[in-house]
Amino acid sequence: MVTLTAPENLETTLDSFSVDLAGGTVRELNHALHDAADGQAWTVTNPEGKHSLAVGINADVSVTINGHAGYYAAGMHQKGEVTVTGNAGVGLAENIMSGKVHVHGDASQSAAATGHGGLVVIDGNAGARCGISMKGVDIVVGGNIGHMSAFMAQAGRLVVCGDAGDALGDSIYEARIYVKGTVASLGADCIEKPMESEHLEEVAGLLTAAGRADNPADFTRYGSARSLYHFSVHNSTSY
Amino acid sequence: MTITSLPQDTVLPAQERPRNIAELGLRESATFDRATIADIQRAAATGVYDIRGWGAKRKVPHFDDLLFLGASMSRYPLEGYREKCDTDVVLGDRHASRPLHLQTPVTIAGMSFGALSANAKEALGRGASEVGTSTTTGDGGMTPEERGQSKHLVYQYLPSRYGMNPDDLRKADAIEIVLGQGAKPGGGGMLLGQKITERVAGMRTLPVGIDQRSASRHPDWTGPDDLEIKIGELREITDWKTPIYVKIGAARPYYDTALAVKAGADVVVVDGMQGGTAATQQVFIENVGIPTLAAIPQAVQALQELGLHRKVQLIVSGGIRTGADVAKAMALGADAVAIGTAALIALGDNDPRYAAEYAALGSAAGYYDDFQDGRDPAGITTQDPELSSRLDPIAGGRRLANYVRVLTMEAQTIARACGKSHLHNLEPEDLVALTIEASAMARVPLAGTSWIPGAT
Repeated sequence: MVTLTAPENLETTLDSFSVDLAGGTVRELNHALHDAADGQAWTVTNPEGKHSLAVGINADVSVTINGHAGYYAAGMHQKGEVTVTGNAGVGLAENIMSGKVHVHGDASQSAAATGHGGLVVIDGNAGARCGISMKGVDIVVGGNIGHMSAFMAQAGRLVVCGDAGDALGDSIYEARIYVKGTVASLGADCIEKPMESEHLEEVAGLLTAAGRADNPADFTRYGSARSLYHFSVHNSTSY
Repeated sequence: MTITSLPQDTVLPAQERPRNIAELGLRESATFDRATIADIQRAAATGVYDIRGWGAKRKVPHFDDLLFLGASMSRYPLEGYREKCDTDVVLGDRHASRPLHLQTPVTIAGMSFGALSANAKEALGRGASEVGTSTTTGDGGMTPEERGQSKHLVYQYLPSRYGMNPDDLRKADAIEIVLGQGAKPGGGGMLLGQKITERVAGMRTLPVGIDQRSASRHPDWTGPDDLEIKIGELREITDWKTPIYVKIGAARPYYDTALAVKAGADVVVVDGMQGGTAATQQVFIENVGIPTLAAIPQAVQALQELGLHRKVQLIVSGGIRTGADVAKAMALGADAVAIGTAALIALGDNDPRYAAEYAALGSAAGYYDDFQDGRDPAGITTQDPELSSRLDPIAGGRRLANYVRVLTMEAQTIARACGKSHLHNLEPEDLVALTIEASAMARVPLAGTSWIPGAT
C-alpha cells in the first residue's frame, strides 16, 4: 500500500501527500493519483528512474517527482501539473492532452510525442524525435533537441532555445517550430518562414509560460512547405 | 484497381467477333495473364503504382486445403440438434481484471472511421453487439456512434495515434496495440485526400482534403523491450482493468508472438496476408507477408513453448469466410478469429445490385477494391454523404449478425461431427491436408497418409 505521509518540512494539510517509491509501487502511486481530488499536491520521492510515473492523471493536482523518471512519465496527462526535478526517459508526457509537464533536467527520445494539447517544458536538452507526430501540444526546450524532431508534426508549437539536430520537421504538417540556435538540417518539406508580429507574440507567450527570459526576436520560424500534402509520383525523390 | 483501357467492342462488327476466344485456339500466357497486362497498361498510362483495398488476391494455400476427420468408430460424435456445443470465449484474463467474455469466437477486425463511413461503423457495432461479440476501432479514433452501438469495443493503439486520448482509452473494453496488419506487414498507411472530410480531418488533427499518412512505426517505442514498458504504461493508465492485445501482420509469427507474450500481451492477434486493407500498394499486398494458414501453427508453437497456449489467447484473421474456416483456425490452435473483408461483404460490399455503378467506375461486382477512392457504390468505404446514406446501419447490422450466426453455427456443426462439446476442443488431430503445401504449412498430415512434410 502507498504510505501517505506529510512531506518533510511542509506543513501537514489534508491536501498534501507524499509517496515514497522506495517502499511503494508505481501501480499504487498511479492508482492513488487516479483517485486524487482537485487541488491536491503530491510529492514522489525515490523515483529511481521507474517507468510510467504519474500517468493518466485526470484531476487538477500538482505532482512533484523528486529525482529521475523513466519512460512515459506523465503519459497521457490531462489535468494539473507534473514536475520532474531530475531527468526524464523516453516518451515524456506522450499524448498529453492538456495541463503542464515540467522537467528540470534533460528528456530522452520522443518527448511529448503525439501530444494533443497542454504545455511541456524541458529546461535541459531533449533527445531525438522531440515532438514527433505532435497534434496540438506546446513544447519549450531550454537546450538542444535531437534529430528527427517534429517528424510528421501536425499541430502545436515547438520552441527550442538551443540548437536542433538533423532532419528537423521532416514531413511536417501544420505545426510551427521556432529555433533560437542552429539547425543541423531540415527534413523533407520543412522550410524556414518569416517571423511576423504574430509569431513574435506567440514565441513570447510560450517563453513566458515556460518561465524563460529569452528574446523572441532571436528565434527563426520553420514550418511546412505543404508540397507533400498530396501524393504525386513527382515527389517520389523527395522521400 | 481501375482499368484504364476498356475493351473496344465496336472495333469489329458484331458478326466478325469470335463468340468464344478459346475456339480460335488462342493461348493466354500464364506469366502475362490479362490482369498482369492490365497492370502494365495502367502503370504505363498513369506513372503511379496501384493502390487498392482488400487483401492478397493471389491464390495461396488456405483453409480450403484442409479437411476434417469426422467421428466414426474411434470417435464419438455429438447429436447435431440435441447436444450442446459451446462457443463462448474469454479474452484477456492473463493480466487484466476485466477480460472480455464473448458469446462467439468470431470478432470484428479493426477498420477505421475514415476508411469506412460512420454508418458502416455503426452497423458493425450493431451487428457485433447483437451476437455478443466485439468490434474494433481503427486508425482514426473512436466515434460516439461505434462506442454507443458496441457492447464490446476494442480500441486500437496505432503508430499515428490519430484521435488517441485517455478518455476513450478508459472507455475501451480492450486495447489493441497494432504493430502491423497482414495486408502490409511493415507498412504504414495513406488515406487519400478525397476521403478526408471535415469530421475525419478533425478527428485526426489534419487539414481537410489533404492526404493523411499513417506512420509504420510507433513514435515512442522501438522493439520488444520498449513494448513491454509501453504495455506497462497502458496498464497503469487503465489501472490494470483493460485487456491488452498485440496485433501483428504475419511475417515471422513464431518470433513475433513469443516477443509479444514476453512483452506482456494478454492476447496476440495474427493477421495473415489475405487480411484486408483500406488502401495499400498492390505490390505490397501481394508480395509481403505469409498466408494465414502458415502463420497459425507458428504462433501456436510459440505459445505452447512458453506454456501459455490458451492462457494468452490467439486471435487469427485473414481470409475467414465460412464456419469451416473458423473451425479450422480454431482446430489449429486459435482461440478466436476476426473478420474484416467478410464483414463488409455482409454489410453489402460488392453487391451485384450496384453492377452498373461498379461498371461506371471501371470495375465490377465481385472485383471492386478501390476503397481508397471514396466512391463506393455500396456506401461503406466512403465519406460521401449521399453514398454513405445508402447503408442503413440497422439493416446492415442485422445482416452482419445473421452472417456471424451462420459462421458460428457452421463451426458448431463441424465441431459436433468431430465429437467436441466446445469449439475450443477442436484440435489439429481433427484435420488432414489436401495438398503437400498445406500439409507442410498447417503441420497436419496429408490426407490418407501420416506424412507431414518437414515434421515426419
